[in-house]
Amino acid sequence: MIGIEHYLVVSSILFVMGVLGIFLNRKNVIIILMAIELILLAVNINLVAFSAFLGDLTGQIFAMFVLTVAAGEAAIGLAILVIYFRGRGTIAVDDVNRMKG
Amino acid sequence: MSSIEIIVFLPLLAAIIAGLGQRIIGAVAAKIITTAGLFVSCALSWPIFIGFLTGSETAYVEPVMKWVESGGLNFNWELRVDSLTAVMLVVVTTVSALVHLYSWGYMEEDPDQPRFFAYLSLFTFAMLMLVTANNLVQMFFGWEGVGLASYLLIGFWYKKPSASASAIKAFVVNRVGDLAYMLGIFGIFIVFQTVDITTILEAAPSQAGSSIGFLGLRLDTMSILCILLFIGAMGKSAQLGLHTWLPDAMEGPTPVSALIHAATMVTAGVFMVCRLSPMFEAAPAALAFVTVIGAATCFFAATIGTTQWDIKRVIAYSTCSQLGYMFFAAGVGAYGAAMFHLFTHAFFKALLFLGAGSVIHAMHHEQDMRYYGGLRKQIPFTFWAMMAGTLAITGVGVYHLKAGFAGFWSKDAILEVAYASAGEYSNMAFWLGTIAALLTSFYSWRLMFLTFWGKPRWIESEHIQHSVHKTPEEAGEDTTGGYRPHESPWTMLVPLGVLSVGAIFAGQIFHHAFLDEASFWAGSIAYNEVLMEERELVPLWVKYDASIVMLIGLVAAWYAYIRNTDVPRQTVEQLGPIHTFVYRKWMFDELYDNIFVKPAFWLGRFFWRRGDEGTINRFGPDGAAWVVMQGSGLAKKFQSGFLTSYALIMLIGLVAAVTWVLF
Repeated sequence: MIGIEHYLVVSSILFVMGVLGIFLNRKNVIIILMAIELILLAVNINLVAFSAFLGDLTGQIFAMFVLTVAAGEAAIGLAILVIYFRGRGTIAVDDVNRMKG
Repeated sequence: MSSIEIIVFLPLLAAIIAGLGQRIIGAVAAKIITTAGLFVSCALSWPIFIGFLTGSETAYVEPVMKWVESGGLNFNWELRVDSLTAVMLVVVTTVSALVHLYSWGYMEEDPDQPRFFAYLSLFTFAMLMLVTANNLVQMFFGWEGVGLASYLLIGFWYKKPSASASAIKAFVVNRVGDLAYMLGIFGIFIVFQTVDITTILEAAPSQAGSSIGFLGLRLDTMSILCILLFIGAMGKSAQLGLHTWLPDAMEGPTPVSALIHAATMVTAGVFMVCRLSPMFEAAPAALAFVTVIGAATCFFAATIGTTQWDIKRVIAYSTCSQLGYMFFAAGVGAYGAAMFHLFTHAFFKALLFLGAGSVIHAMHHEQDMRYYGGLRKQIPFTFWAMMAGTLAITGVGVYHLKAGFAGFWSKDAILEVAYASAGEYSNMAFWLGTIAALLTSFYSWRLMFLTFWGKPRWIESEHIQHSVHKTPEEAGEDTTGGYRPHESPWTMLVPLGVLSVGAIFAGQIFHHAFLDEASFWAGSIAYNEVLMEERELVPLWVKYDASIVMLIGLVAAWYAYIRNTDVPRQTVEQLGPIHTFVYRKWMFDELYDNIFVKPAFWLGRFFWRRGDEGTINRFGPDGAAWVVMQGSGLAKKFQSGFLTSYALIMLIGLVAAVTWVLF
């Protein structure tokens, strides 16, 4: 029988993968965007799992909101990336350090 | 406005107008205003002096305005006029007026004349404030005022580094004396609860024998107060120990040397001792100290005077020596004789300085006597004026004829009272004074012979070479180098003439009033009638002693500098180190350099390098800046610009915050 704890384990694994994807990634800004998607999905799994477990629909509705916002976020992120690439000619993470003081 | 107020404040007004308004009124107007102001002051001073001589004037105090009212400390601006002040008034205003006139000629080519004349008038004002002071604080105001004017005038050619250095030296050495003088004033206020001179002098005898705590010691009140005041006088009057600034002060223009460093400012110390003479009378130990210092200075400065080559330096050491005479006269209790020598000395020493200025003017600014010679025929008026001054300073006169030049009357009187006095050390003062009289005669005639007699040696002077565009080799046999000395303009000759009259007749006319009449002084100085009567009773050889040593000095100078000109060189070789010691001014400058100046510099450098830079800066401002630099260097590394590291830090922070909240 698959219980709530299995869902939580999967969601945790996904979350940690997402976080590490942000920190350990030294190559590509797109990977950061993908890692953020992973984190959001991990959260969604959590929400849906708890919703089913508790029999409360609010969690699932929230998950739908998150998906929508994530889609928007991905669109804006990619758009910024395109503009950035036009300006700098690279999207390698090591070169993206213009936020230095 | 009473006449005394006009006498004192007219020079100040002239100085302000000439000094601040020179751009508006122009150089010539500034010179006219200051000179005219001084002549008016002078013309008003003489009637006061003559009034005191004839007995028609009596002492009074002219109030000017309130100054300080603070608890028990009350004093006002007041002008005190009595016999002693009257003597100083005529000395100061007469010499100052003549020096103003003389400067028209001497400073003719200088671009800064209005400034020079303004300083001269400012000096005169300060000096007049000093001599008319009725309280010690006003006297100190004048005292510092003349010091300031002296500083400004020594450093008048401030672009010359040596002039600036001399001005600073004069100021600093005077500060040493002024510290003691101020301590004296403070002490007097503690003891007498007032700074008013009249009150102090009345109360002084009652304090004789009392004691006061000073530096942890129990000392005789009057002695310590008088000695402190006298140390102040030593600084201003260039006495042994604090004399080093006076010869260097010769860097100033010659009229300044005549006015400040011969006739007036340097005599302020003598004046102060005489003004406070009832106090000194109550302090035998202080009088002994004054006698010893005076006699020692008189001898020591005279020995140096015999070895110097610079004409102005010879006269400067002569001044120092003559001031020594005045002090030991005061020390043995003959304040009248001290003031009399001050009075005659003002005329003949100002005359000698102005004469030397005229020679320097004629010789294209050459001051070294080795390059003079044979000037008698070239500048006859200056020669005769200098001759009058020399006859006066060496004390030429005959006792039995009751006739002599100014210095004869005053110097003889001093030596006689020193002999007659029963005071401590007065015997030593008499003998040192006699030797100094011999040396005075020698160096004065040496100056005359080197300058006015003999063959011209002008071409060896760089100044003359510069003027005639020739080297000594080119000039060959003609040691004049074709240079023609020119007599000075009338503005310089008139003061010489007037002062010559003073140098010749001042002693003859005034000796009776100054020395023998208690009624002339009328209580303005402590007048010791017994001593002045004993003066008349000294043996005949004492009366002739100054004349005899003067003749010895004259003959020695004549033999060494006219008859056999090899003698000086041989003597110098024989004396060897002794001559070097005297020529280097008894090594005072070297001594002070080693024990005061160098340690002060070392200490200053130590505090600068180790104290200020090494400690305060290192751990203070610089240290704080270093910590901030290091800290921000570390903090800077966090802001790498990499998004990922920002996110990591955010995460760590988040985890930490959550952990904090939850546990």
